[in-house]
Amino acid sequence: MLAYLFKRLLEIIPTLFGITLISFFIIHLAPGKPTDIFTELNPKITPEARERLEKLYHLDKPVIVQYGLWLKKIARFDFGESFSSDHRPVIEKIWDSRKPLIERRLFVTFMINLLSMGVILLVALPLGIFSATHQNSLWDKIATTTVFIGFAMPTFWLALLLMILFGVELHWLPISQLKSMGYASLPFWGKVWDLAKHLLLPIFVSAFTGLAADSRFMRSSMLEVVRQDFVTVARAKGLPERLVIYRHAFRNALLPIITLAGLSVGGLVGGSVIFENIFGIPGMGQLFYMSVMTRDYPTVMGILTIGAFLTLFGNLLADLGYMLADPRIRAK
Amino acid sequence: MKKAFSLFALFVLVVFVPGCKGGNEAVGQEPLTKISGPPAYGDALIDGSIGEPTILIPMLSGDAASQDVAGLIFNGLVKYDTDLGIIGDLAESWDISKDGLVITFHLKKGVRWTDGVEFTADDVIFGFNTIINKKTPTAYSEDFLQVKKAEVLDKYTFRVTYGKPFAPALASWGNLVVLPKHLLEGKDLTKSEFGRDPVGMGPYKLTNWVPGQELILDSNHDYFEGRPYIDRFVYRVIPDRATMFLELQTGGVDMMDLTPIQYTKQTGSEYFRNNFQKFRYPQFVYTYMGFNLKHPFFKDRRVRQAIAYAIDKSEIIDVVLFGLGSPATGPYVPNTWPYNPDVKKYPYNPEKARQLLKEAGWEDTDGDGILDKDGRPFRFTILTNMGNTLRMNTATIIQWKLAKIGIKVDIKVLEWSTFVNEFIDKRRFEAVILGWQISPDPDQFDIWDSKKTKEKEFNFVSYSNPEVDALLEKGRRTYNIEERKKAYFRIQEILAEDLPYIFLYVPDATPIVHARFKGIKPSPIGITYNLPKWYVPRQLQRHHLEP
Repeated sequence: MLAYLFKRLLEIIPTLFGITLISFFIIHLAPGKPTDIFTELNPKITPEARERLEKLYHLDKPVIVQYGLWLKKIARFDFGESFSSDHRPVIEKIWDSRKPLIERRLFVTFMINLLSMGVILLVALPLGIFSATHQNSLWDKIATTTVFIGFAMPTFWLALLLMILFGVELHWLPISQLKSMGYASLPFWGKVWDLAKHLLLPIFVSAFTGLAADSRFMRSSMLEVVRQDFVTVARAKGLPERLVIYRHAFRNALLPIITLAGLSVGGLVGGSVIFENIFGIPGMGQLFYMSVMTRDYPTVMGILTIGAFLTLFGNLLADLGYMLADPRIRAK
Repeated sequence: MKKAFSLFALFVLVVFVPGCKGGNEAVGQEPLTKISGPPAYGDALIDGSIGEPTILIPMLSGDAASQDVAGLIFNGLVKYDTDLGIIGDLAESWDISKDGLVITFHLKKGVRWTDGVEFTADDVIFGFNTIINKKTPTAYSEDFLQVKKAEVLDKYTFRVTYGKPFAPALASWGNLVVLPKHLLEGKDLTKSEFGRDPVGMGPYKLTNWVPGQELILDSNHDYFEGRPYIDRFVYRVIPDRATMFLELQTGGVDMMDLTPIQYTKQTGSEYFRNNFQKFRYPQFVYTYMGFNLKHPFFKDRRVRQAIAYAIDKSEIIDVVLFGLGSPATGPYVPNTWPYNPDVKKYPYNPEKARQLLKEAGWEDTDGDGILDKDGRPFRFTILTNMGNTLRMNTATIIQWKLAKIGIKVDIKVLEWSTFVNEFIDKRRFEAVILGWQISPDPDQFDIWDSKKTKEKEFNFVSYSNPEVDALLEKGRRTYNIEERKKAYFRIQEILAEDLPYIFLYVPDATPIVHARFKGIKPSPIGITYNLPKWYVPRQLQRHHLEP
């Protein structure tokens, strides 16, 4: 078991190396440079000034040399400094350890994604089971239609409608961002309440639009399991239907969901740009988008590396989860 | 299904049934715009912005958001007056030697950095030495590299000597070169915390910066022009304009820039008229169609003039900008001193256009509806950049108008970097639609001088006129505003005749501010130049800050 784990962890290293190599070259294929924001069609810039700026960022060297320089740093867990005009260390942009948790981008994105994933699982699993056990009933159809409406609805549209209703018309909820003006002076529970009010809409929107996959997976997996012999046996020996479904069938139907959850670990740190922009939430999606648009290579690479690592790690977790849930895999 | 339907019905109701708009401050009482009172200290102003500042050191920043906020924290030696004249800021006065080579600044006495240390000429020369240092990643060193010698005569006197008289130089002594020497000497500017936690001497000082959310600035009670009335300035970052507009209606934002559609269609209700004040003035930007003057079609001035007659600028403004702009006649902003209103204009006249083209030898000889000359049809491509809908729509209207006089136009939209690197720099274009930001100083040597045509230089249309070259040189070598004015007026006349560009329009800035703020005086340079003098009468104050 330990040997297996060790082997899997070692495998992550070459994969990660390959991912960074490919990403590095692909982002350098895009035309433009980080210095463009200062120099393109700016009459105040002389060719000498342009060259000087490019030299400062090593942009005059071949891409392979630039990659070497980056790799040398990353081997020492140094993500380097951003090329944008603030010149901050990349790691500080992602996780500024001097700020409170709620002001760190990685934490904000992680918290929102985790909460919405929790809500999705809490709603989608029972919904899927319910649909499966009441297959083709009216309620099954309503559930199916609802999750597909959520799936098909554009996030920004739903978000704006809810903001107009709850923010502008009813004055129940704040419209954007995570905190109110006077947040700093609130007592602890006041802060929690303020935060909760701000998070309600974003989490509802992301959960409602993300219900479909999990609930449909649960439904079809459950339908498959209840047709199997051991379920018939359980029913035949007189177990109540509740126990048949929730103790015996449910556990077996959960396997695909574990895979799905494992795959989404990497996604926990990647925010959606549209979603974050609409709600004015300072998360990873915004940072990544801005970095790509300004060709801020160190920041782009930093975020990609962290994301890639977590995706690989999530896959590993999913495999381990499988082993825990399924004795057949453990035996192999 | 029924549940889903009722949910949907709810949305429809919300969107299409106009409810009472939030706030309700003005219901049953006098509109806020009508209430006035004496200036009072207090309250906070929340400014909405779609972008976040990156760094608050003026010489290192490249984006508008950084410059907006840094402008409240740092003052310069000089600044632009509302009519674009130059007036003293930290400098009490200055003398310019007869030959125009030496400028001596006399600084105001008793100005303090917000940490209590006095501001002196040492801070100016420190900033100057930093900006010309090769290790400083700044884009603005060019004007300062013209300085031959900079010296501190005494605590309050600073002198610079130029190799040649250089008029735009005076304005360059703004807030780019003023840094607190006592805090930064011997430190690497890019590595220091100063850019995110600056110490200035301006009307406001930074109190807290929450990344991606807001910057909170509190008023500087020790400000040398007097304590600002508004105690707190919050710069709130909301990347989505629709969200920001909703925040405006719930009081989460007090001031923002409206889009043309918001300005003309969505802010006309009684609620908005009573609770907000809208402003409108030309931006320091113009959009133009530039020709590649080396191209055989466009070498002939009559062809360019014909195209100008065939385009209806006011139609473009009405359609593209919802009327929120003015026709451009040259490279300057209306109502500023370099702007010459009496140049040749080209009112829409397709007949005249056809006639001019005929004179130039363009006629439809084969009857296919497209003009031709020597067997070559008049067909060209307009290039513009992706992401700018205004320019794309403008191109489409021009395409349609030119089709009417027998010129076939294709439109190609390109990603910005590709556009600049592969097409502009390599001169692979026939015509482009682009815009220039206009600097408040009228010197445009880099754009029109016939020598500035190499790759990466800005006279990419290859315009060449010896008289313009001479006038450009004259305009930048004298400090006498009357003489400069004469030179730039003449340049505009020539440009209007030569038409290397067709100057299309100057869009308007359209900010909206909550009506409780009084003392706003719109001017050609905008509204925020006198922000420290804005105030909220005591009875209208909304935010009360704990002391």
